[in-house]
Amino acid sequence: MFYREAGQFKTSYTADEAIFPILQDRFFIGAILIVAFGVIPFFIDDYWANAILIHFLVYALAALGLNILTGYCGQVSLGTGGFMAVGAYASYKLVTVFPEMNFIVVILMSGFITAAVGVFFGLPSLRIKGFYLAVATLAAQFFLVWLFNKVGWFYNYSPTGMIVSPPREVFGFLVTGPDAHPAARYLFCLSFVVVFAWAAKNLVRGRIGRNWMAIRDMDIAAELIGIRPLEAKLTAFAVSSFYIGIAGALYFSVWLGTAEPTEAFDINQSFFVLFIVIIGGLGSIMGSFMGAAFMVLLPITMKSIMVDGFGFAVGAAKHAEVMLLGSLIILFLILEPHGLARLWQILKEKLRRWPFPY
Amino acid sequence: MTQPALKRDIGDTILAVDNISLSFGGVKALQNISFSVNEHEVFAIIGPNGAGKSSMLNCINGFYHPQEGTITFKGETRRQVRPSVAARTGIARTFQNIALFKGMSTLDNIMTGRNTKMSTNIFLQALHFGPAAKEEVEHREVVERVIDFLEIEAIRKTPVGKLPYGMQKRVELGRALAAEPDLLLLDEPMAGMNIEEKQDMCRFILDVNDEFGTTIVLIEHDMGVVMDISDRVVVLDYGRKLAEGTPDEVRGNQDVIDAYLGVAHDDAEA
Repeated sequence: MFYREAGQFKTSYTADEAIFPILQDRFFIGAILIVAFGVIPFFIDDYWANAILIHFLVYALAALGLNILTGYCGQVSLGTGGFMAVGAYASYKLVTVFPEMNFIVVILMSGFITAAVGVFFGLPSLRIKGFYLAVATLAAQFFLVWLFNKVGWFYNYSPTGMIVSPPREVFGFLVTGPDAHPAARYLFCLSFVVVFAWAAKNLVRGRIGRNWMAIRDMDIAAELIGIRPLEAKLTAFAVSSFYIGIAGALYFSVWLGTAEPTEAFDINQSFFVLFIVIIGGLGSIMGSFMGAAFMVLLPITMKSIMVDGFGFAVGAAKHAEVMLLGSLIILFLILEPHGLARLWQILKEKLRRWPFPY
Repeated sequence: MTQPALKRDIGDTILAVDNISLSFGGVKALQNISFSVNEHEVFAIIGPNGAGKSSMLNCINGFYHPQEGTITFKGETRRQVRPSVAARTGIARTFQNIALFKGMSTLDNIMTGRNTKMSTNIFLQALHFGPAAKEEVEHREVVERVIDFLEIEAIRKTPVGKLPYGMQKRVELGRALAAEPDLLLLDEPMAGMNIEEKQDMCRFILDVNDEFGTTIVLIEHDMGVVMDISDRVVVLDYGRKLAEGTPDEVRGNQDVIDAYLGVAHDDAEA
């Protein structure tokens, strides 16, 4: 009743192709942005920033990247953790080698470096598909983590093998290091996520996005109507890795502050992001956010209910979480392969007709 | 339906197929096939199942690479060409089994047909800025004309996976038309359709030919349709060319009657 486009007439193709063509959606997104930028920073503390908000933002960005590759272009990747590591180590090297470089530029450069690495590991996709490609990207995952462990140059030969993010300022506010205010770190991540989510939406609704989806849905037909598979697949790998690289750089420098490759970027990272994408919805920008919120909030909710509410041991809550997650993945894959985003869409469709469904 | 009464200017040869041979291992799909298609013509390839008709189309648009022979399109001779290059030179096609992009809307599917004509780079597109936004709207206008032409305005935003079969065929034609091709290859455009859908499709094919002057090469099993709408017909059987000529000449050809139309001849008359 309140959610419908009746009376909203489009008079130009530009208006018809807007990201949020329906007025109510624009209000909704506007309200979220106002709260995110204008309200949350005043109430944020270390716990909220580290456990929930920055956690959510970093994984939303990584999921966005993987969704472009897997959800839009149909190329399965299990190398997300490895690519996040590339972003993290690139940002570390850039910060330590060029201490004067603007930190925003550092993060963006880390993205471009990861994009180049992603294109290289995307080359096999021109020949192989599906499971075989997944295994090839798995090789990227293990190789990259091994590389960052093995070659001292990447961690500046620090005796522990860990990388530590030095304090850096953006517009006079400290965004990395232990003294950074949680609001500054949060806003820094949020700005990246908002800008790149918008850019991702622009890409997927334009020519490049259509080419990706064409390759995903039927690659032979796509080639026969003039889409170059090489170009489409490699741009998908590049853009996806760019996003994942930026997520990795933020993950290391803004969120964790220190990292060590075998723990921070192991295969579980890859699976975690893949689960976000599956639960959130393959081929949906909104889905990446919903999936990230779900996967970040699930353990916290489980813990507060089981441990604080019913007095279970922490370990039991952890096990229950893994079981629940596993069954959810299976359920989503069987019942709703398009994830939470699709459920959201169905709900919107129902709302449009409510209360007169005919 | 009758023979098209429209007077089109049949031009010079636009597509010349010269001595094409294609084999898959020991199977000879095509043997020394030659024919030529004139500009603005409706040209049909017919033949029994397995005659090599689809293989012929696949050779023309570069999906298969024939072992021998050459194909000349718009004066350019080539033997091996990549499909995406063929698409860029002005060859578009539809498929025997619908090959739409099922996860995308009708509009987006037809927009993919414009991809060879769009050129803004990835950074402008990411910002949806200036030339990228302008380009998108310009091509949307062309696509809307195609949608208007094919009378599918109502299903513009529907995901194509949800559309009925006949509509999907129409959307696929739309995707091919959006590329504004010089040569349109139609692989069984009327397979599995009822009589009304066939009539609609015939009308669209003739209108495309008439209004845009597009040269059409089509494969079709419905002899009534083929004989009615084609200017010339080539008959293949077991990878060999049996006959070539106007529908009437082909209909009278004894080889063709023996091989293929022998039983169906009465139907074709009807």
